Amino acid sequence: MGALLEVEDLTVWLATRRGPRMAVDGLSFQVGSGEIFGIAGESGSGKTMTAMALLGLLPHAARTSGKAVFEGRDLLSMSARQLRAVRGRRIAMVSQDPSTSLHPMLSIETQLTEHMRHHLGLGRSEARGRAVELLATVRIPDPEQALGAHAAQFSGGMRQRIAIAVALACEPRLLLADEPTTALDVTVQAGILRLLHRLRAERELAVVVITHDLGVLSAVADRICVMYGGRTAEVGPRENVLTRPRHPYTRGLLDALPHPEGGAAALRPIPGSPPSLGEVPEGCPFHPRCGYAVPDCRTERPAPVLVEPGHASACPPDPLGGIA
Amino acid sequence: MNSAEPASGSTGAGRRRPARPGGLPLARFLARRLVAAALLCVGITLVAFVLTQLVPGDPAAANLGQRAIGDPAAVAAFRAKYGLDKPVPVQYLTYLGNVLQGNFGMSQQSHRPVAQDLAEYVPATIELALFAIVLSLLVGVALGVVAAVNRDRWPDQVLRVVSLGGVSMPTFWVALVAFYLLFFKFGLLPGGGRLDPGMNPPPYATGFYTIDAALAGEWDVLSSAAGHLVLPSLVLAVYTVGMLMRFTRASVLEILGNDYVRAARAKGLPERVVILRHVLRPAMVAIITVAGVAFGSLLSGAVLVENIFSWPGLGQYAYRSAVNLDLPGIMGVSIVVAAVYILINLLVDLLYGVIDPRIRLT
Ligand SMILES: Nc1ncnc2c1ncn2[C@@H]1O[C@H](COP(=O)(O)OP(=O)(O)OP(=O)(O)O)[C@@H](O)[C@H]1O
Ligand code: SF4
Ligand SMILES: [Mg+2]
Repeated sequence: MGALLEVEDLTVWLATRRGPRMAVDGLSFQVGSGEIFGIAGESGSGKTMTAMALLGLLPHAARTSGKAVFEGRDLLSMSARQLRAVRGRRIAMVSQDPSTSLHPMLSIETQLTEHMRHHLGLGRSEARGRAVELLATVRIPDPEQALGAHAAQFSGGMRQRIAIAVALACEPRLLLADEPTTALDVTVQAGILRLLHRLRAERELAVVVITHDLGVLSAVADRICVMYGGRTAEVGPRENVLTRPRHPYTRGLLDALPHPEGGAAALRPIPGSPPSLGEVPEGCPFHPRCGYAVPDCRTERPAPVLVEPGHASACPPDPLGGIA
Repeated sequence: MNSAEPASGSTGAGRRRPARPGGLPLARFLARRLVAAALLCVGITLVAFVLTQLVPGDPAAANLGQRAIGDPAAVAAFRAKYGLDKPVPVQYLTYLGNVLQGNFGMSQQSHRPVAQDLAEYVPATIELALFAIVLSLLVGVALGVVAAVNRDRWPDQVLRVVSLGGVSMPTFWVALVAFYLLFFKFGLLPGGGRLDPGMNPPPYATGFYTIDAALAGEWDVLSSAAGHLVLPSLVLAVYTVGMLMRFTRASVLEILGNDYVRAARAKGLPERVVILRHVLRPAMVAIITVAGVAFGSLLSGAVLVENIFSWPGLGQYAYRSAVNLDLPGIMGVSIVVAAVYILINLLVDLLYGVIDPRIRLT
């Protein structure tokens, strides 16, 4: 059976003043129907550009290569018109900060219904009725009244729930959630993650959760892809990646997480900082920061290889292999 | 900003908009603005009054004949009649009271009440300026949007030159060239004045010939009045079109970078809807501010254009009052111009409230 989304060798070049630079470099992954797939990595690893490439919303003058087959059709070779028919209808997006992604001047009703009316051809009252249901689904109190309100009248958590309702309006098959909880309080975060989890079960909705925080994925993801410098470092089922990581970068991310029992003392950040655009080192992109690096790491470009069934890591020396 | 908002609103069942304590937000917003505008009006009459006090010259001397000026009794009677023997603050209050009743005094050049002059000349100018600003907004905003969405491509480059030309060509020169080309050379548009020669103005209702003619059903007058508006308002609009185009482009480009625009595109909406609904509305906040300023520049441009196109408006009247040192006329013009500026600002504030719900609601 084919996956819902099959990304193969996705490469994204962004236009910079010094010419095109690679932000995503040969990324491959699959997302099954109804699966929650996590993409993790530090700032600048290319997570957002991956999502934007799928939606055809890359910045001006960006180029792509590779394939992203969704429901049997390649998103990367679609015309602008074909993409518009997919966007919002089959693939929807929720972005990081709901206080900037909801329109400040349009009513919640307009924002919830405009794409339903456009894609599904619903009339005004029909769309309104569905909007009320959607707001109830994401647990907004008094949905009727919320329709007449504006974004500024809600708290951050409520706004993100509304943004999710907007994304769900046309019953998409895939939701791209880019840092959906980063701008929110910890207590509110958990509620949003529970909501995504519930929606996936109720609607057989596949969700790609993009985050720099592996902790977020430990609560919801079925499978996780760890990205570094625009490439896959490690990909596999949540259990494997989080409890038996095989890539030193994943290990580093996990060690940098605050542990509930350990307090701040247990926090061990990865030394150095991730490469900026166009300055990804030769060989293994992680080698300048890796405590296990061997001379080959500086020259040989590693590809992800299976280390367990369904679990791949791009680290040929595999220093963590014996430990697990 | 307020998480309790939807919940607190639910106590007022049946209300569409979340309730706020302290009455209707829009009404309060307007009330605040109106009070401020009224205070400003009073302030401006005060300034105008003080200025006339500073102008050298004796009103008695200006108004009494040669013989009467030598007669102390006549001078005293004149001063008593017009309250000039009272202390200055009382004079101001008298003047303010008169202005509030629409009495601006007698014009020394037309020998008619200034109010009557203004009722004739002000609508002529406002009609011209409104025509020009509507034209500028339509053309300037449309071209500004085209430039922004085609950023750095050829339509943008061409429009950049056009707007630069618009804002840098002197209005008198544009007026002369337009007058020469369109009237003398090609006869495409009627020349000066508000109506064809020999045509009678429509019965006075608003002083706007187009509106009055339409109200009276005089269609030939309407078409002549509209035709005469085209050339002078085009000339006036050259500068403001350039100005609005520039600001629209900048404002649209700034809004295009927002997350909510990307969110709108992610919904698969046609680009036209994204631009018109999601981008243009927030961009209008800045555009309307500039349009208010542009309207002011139209009024000052009108002095010149009215003289070239023999347009019997406030600009011509102000010019004549000034060269004849007709103080009641000058004061009347100043107060009207100030009132128009205040009205424009009030309208701009009101439009902010209409466009941006956040202003209405806080
Ligand atoms: N519009 C743009 N033009 C040029 N470079 C860009 C642009 N947007 C992002 N970049 C660069 O592309 C690289 C990848 O960016 P991306 O936004 O995908 O990272 P990310 O993994 O989402 O990081 P973050 O956690 O900060 O959101 C970064 O180095 C970033 O600086
Ligand atoms: S390939 Fe080498 S440098 Fe890269 S993570 Fe593995 S050991 Fe470290
Ligand atoms: Mg990002």
